[in-house]
Amino acid sequence: MLRVEDLQTTSVEFSAGLIAKFDDVVSRYPEGKQKSALLPILHLVQAEFGWVSPNAMEKVADYLSIQHVEVFEVATFYTMYLLKPQGKYFLEVCRTGPCCLVGAEKIMDYIEQKLGVKEGEVTADGLFSWRGVECLAACGFGPVLQISPEYTFYENLTPEKVDKLVADLTAQAKN
Amino acid sequence: MGRKLLLEHINVPGINTFDVYRSKGGYAAVEKALKTLTPDEVVEEVKKSGLRGRGGAGFPTGMKWSFLAKPEGVARYLVCNADESEPGTFKDRYLMTYIPHLLIEGMIVASFALGAKTSYIYVRGEMMPQIRILERAIAEAKAKGFLGKNILGTGYDLELYVQPGGGAYICGEETALLESLEGKRGNPRIKPPFPAIAGLYGCPTVVNNVESIAAVVPIINEGGEEYAKIGIGRSTGTKLISAGGNVAKPGVYEIELGLPVEDFLYSPEYCGGIANGKRLKAVVAGGSSVPILPANLFLKTIAGDGRLMSYESLSEGGFTSGTMMGSGGFIAFDEDQCIVRNTWNFARFYHHESCGQCSPCREGTGWMEKVLHRLEYGHGKMSDMDLLVDVSKKIEGNTICPLGDAAAWPVASAIRHFRDEFEWHVTNGAEATTRNYGLAHYADPLPKPEPAPAAV
Repeated sequence: MLRVEDLQTTSVEFSAGLIAKFDDVVSRYPEGKQKSALLPILHLVQAEFGWVSPNAMEKVADYLSIQHVEVFEVATFYTMYLLKPQGKYFLEVCRTGPCCLVGAEKIMDYIEQKLGVKEGEVTADGLFSWRGVECLAACGFGPVLQISPEYTFYENLTPEKVDKLVADLTAQAKN
Repeated sequence: MGRKLLLEHINVPGINTFDVYRSKGGYAAVEKALKTLTPDEVVEEVKKSGLRGRGGAGFPTGMKWSFLAKPEGVARYLVCNADESEPGTFKDRYLMTYIPHLLIEGMIVASFALGAKTSYIYVRGEMMPQIRILERAIAEAKAKGFLGKNILGTGYDLELYVQPGGGAYICGEETALLESLEGKRGNPRIKPPFPAIAGLYGCPTVVNNVESIAAVVPIINEGGEEYAKIGIGRSTGTKLISAGGNVAKPGVYEIELGLPVEDFLYSPEYCGGIANGKRLKAVVAGGSSVPILPANLFLKTIAGDGRLMSYESLSEGGFTSGTMMGSGGFIAFDEDQCIVRNTWNFARFYHHESCGQCSPCREGTGWMEKVLHRLEYGHGKMSDMDLLVDVSKKIEGNTICPLGDAAAWPVASAIRHFRDEFEWHVTNGAEATTRNYGLAHYADPLPKPEPAPAAV
């Protein structure tokens, strides 16, 4: 949940390159309908900073010339926007019916044990966190998970695949 | 071997690129429509085809198009619904990943038919890889003169953009999708007015599913009447079915509507039977929202006729003994699956995804999840089943959008068909946490197929 005291705690600056990306998004809509750019822009912010901080939300509102609350209500409605920092690699595992028929619950248990953190917690090295999410529309290839910020997709998961995935990402982070 | 209209070239290497797609006859529908047909003639072909919306509701696409208001001087929009989130359904992801130009081509033809100058493809936010694929495909098509100003010298202008969602199932509902595209929370709108009168930015708008738009391509290429010859009765053409759960060969299959369900489930061309030699217990035929059926009722109607994969045959028997085609999300449950656990899982999904706008859905989905949770974990009461049915009835039909119905139907149908399994969870609470109820009387009545002869 968003708390009032969070509003003052984190400060972000948008680079010229990021603003140029915002401008490109805004150009897709008719004059005066720039609010349509809100969801894509929040994705760009999250890709840049790893989460959507209250301060970033205010800045986005100012950029789009809309009320701050119009951004807060959207950022808190859609589950993809992360309202607090996560691990560098955020594993989102599908927990809905069809994936559970083929073992998603066991995979979530395994990830919890492997990373040694509960759902929503970050590992001590800051590299990993994870959560269960609702259907990712890949039910024929379950269990599946995606890793933000790129939303790379991993299908037909097994404990061995999870081991390899974690090892690869750990190595990648060190380089 | 059924005809493939959408996925015919899916295995051609490089079919995701403009040049290969074009070499396989791609963009012929754009040339035909823009150069030889009027917009009204395109609408007429789609009407003749009998194409029904492939997103779940099954409303005739041509009729939806003909409702579009056309006031002078007001922009009109086509929005493609690629917010595929119905559990069990993954055909749109597949189509966009492997043959993105089919969707782009369909969007150009459909936009032309509707007189839209700007169109959007609203893709669920989690599908970032597919968003990148579509943006690349759009850039290619634009570079080749199939998008932008004065397409193919016909004087028709069209800009096409991809819009990411934010991870909300509710945005698959068309007015919630439009709210989201306007940068707001995905709360469905009260209808009327329908989007055909007042949609995106208050302008006349058509919202169509990915597969419906893609199907416009073969309809224009072959003609609506030819398309309508495929299929059975009012279920014309081909349909993509996402086969998942415990089938031996999960994946996306294009079938001619009217295929016997037995063939779809057991033939090696499609699902190849149930994985690991197990037996079929139940089927959700059209995505998690449609009623679940025990194997015997799924394979044969009450009258004893073999069911077909068609809108009419799947719904035969109404909700008493039938189900729905829905979005074509086909989920098979083998003998080891627990219906109570799955019903709880689906209830949790709808509780999580309820937008919170209407009290019956916001509160009711939460109560259903809680009651199902206690049943699954051995703390249920005998009165819980009636309580669940009661709650589901109070949600159904009492909400602005169909998410309420979609949450109510799976629970009500599971109790209707599997009440003894729920009761067993109450009477044998401790045992139910350690083992499943099993097949009981739901079993698929077919003999086990002979094992395939070893390859020589």
